[in-house]
Amino acid sequence: MSFDWPFFWHYLFRPSGAYLHGLMLTVVLSVVAQSLGTILGLFAALGRMSRLTPLRLVVRAYIWIMRGTPLLVQIVFIYTGLAAGGIFRFQDISLGFMTIPGNVQAGLLALSLNEAAYMAEIIRAGIASVDHGQTEAAKSLGMTYGQLMRRIVLPQAARFVIPPLGNEFNAMLKNTTLVSVIGVPELLLTTETLTSATFRVFELYSVVALYYLTLTTIWGWVQARIEAKFGQSTAQAEVAPGFGERFFGRAIFGAARSKA
Amino acid sequence: MIAPAQNILSSIGGLPEPANDEVVQAIDVRKNFGRLEVLKGVSLTVRRGEVVVIIGPSGSGKTTFVRCINHLEKIQGGRIFVNGHMIGYREARGRLVEDSGRNIARQRREIGMVFQRFNLFHHKTALGNVIEAPIQVLGMKRNEAVGVGRDLLARVGLASKADAYPAQLSGGQQQRVAIARALAMKPRLMLFDEPTSALDPEMIGEVLEVMRELAREGMTMIVVSHEMGFAREVADRVVMMDDGQILEEGPPAQLFGQPAHKRTQAFLSKIL
Repeated sequence: MSFDWPFFWHYLFRPSGAYLHGLMLTVVLSVVAQSLGTILGLFAALGRMSRLTPLRLVVRAYIWIMRGTPLLVQIVFIYTGLAAGGIFRFQDISLGFMTIPGNVQAGLLALSLNEAAYMAEIIRAGIASVDHGQTEAAKSLGMTYGQLMRRIVLPQAARFVIPPLGNEFNAMLKNTTLVSVIGVPELLLTTETLTSATFRVFELYSVVALYYLTLTTIWGWVQARIEAKFGQSTAQAEVAPGFGERFFGRAIFGAARSKA
Repeated sequence: MIAPAQNILSSIGGLPEPANDEVVQAIDVRKNFGRLEVLKGVSLTVRRGEVVVIIGPSGSGKTTFVRCINHLEKIQGGRIFVNGHMIGYREARGRLVEDSGRNIARQRREIGMVFQRFNLFHHKTALGNVIEAPIQVLGMKRNEAVGVGRDLLARVGLASKADAYPAQLSGGQQQRVAIARALAMKPRLMLFDEPTSALDPEMIGEVLEVMRELAREGMTMIVVSHEMGFAREVADRVVMMDDGQILEEGPPAQLFGQPAHKRTQAFLSKIL
């Protein structure tokens, strides 16, 4: 076995600028795609439970397609496929202080759309687990659908949604590697670039594996903290119901509507 | 023992003035679940300040009927008016069409409802439950809502429980919070759907006490209940339902003393 330990330690503890940039891209992609996916998933979940049959069917078809095809195929389809078909070509967007390249937009879109399908099912199950009496009580007080969802049902559904949401984010951290195929220089593609220059595949893939393991471990710790805090507030009703309400009530609908 | 409830309605500025003398007017209400006919043409008028207790065997449609009055159930025929407004439907080219969600929500504001299973919001404190709808639905200022809410809780004997979550309260306490929550909307009509059926026997009294006081203060109430003692003492009128219809109605003394129908007699003999 040939394993160049000094090389390994060097790349593990003194990552290059390009490598750190890849790490940052991985984290940003994960966080943004998970957030967008959760918001889209919420609306998809509501659409899936709508009384309007056409809307329900559209959402079901969407979920069926996104869960039934490989994420890798979706990524290539959205970036390369659409451009090749002459339908849509992602252009770089300049925000002045930074530029968002077209392939990053496409990757982000594919990850979010895919995640939305999974989150839709998770959130739907969460909503279904809230006792129907809660909805009836809210209705009897004159609350509209939006008010009772935002104030009564979703904060309670959050308790059921948060554990699987944590697992989804763990998967998302790793799924971002797939956008390397459309040339997004996240952690994996940066590693590949380095290996083609140094031929140190064993060492560099050990390093990148450890980086992902560190990311998912940190997240696992954060997730445990969130679940402990949230579980406590509902199980023992000691801490205010803060997290669920903040998470759904403010983060998603909040700024616009919950001024009262 | 709890402190007796007193002047409950003074916390919401006195008895909300009904617009009409006839608070509820139900005309030939029909309802079916699939093929099963649950209501076969129920007509009932409830006047301002009246307390009507609906009794009847389970499956007679009494709970369904009360749930139709605030449109928690759709109806397939007939009309229901509360304070002169048709509930749940509007007329369009001679036909009845279900009203928009927004309009239905508006109509429900003035109809308070108390459920058998309390249905308090689990993630909110007792006070949080009471102030939620006044703030969200009526746009009341938080300070004001908290003032009214604390006062209401005090008057149903729960001043010290304002910050407790439902899980920390007994059934009787939860149901009293639920009554306070409904009253906070200043309703002109209160519907009670078997409010004591899910309670342990020793807690029934404290809930009935609050309801008795509300009746005394002039609230218009429709109560589905098996509490015959309460009906006898508080009701202006007792309605006996069976098989989706109103079998007979009358003042409690008459209905309990000389029931006209055999089935009423049979039902009362089983329950009294």
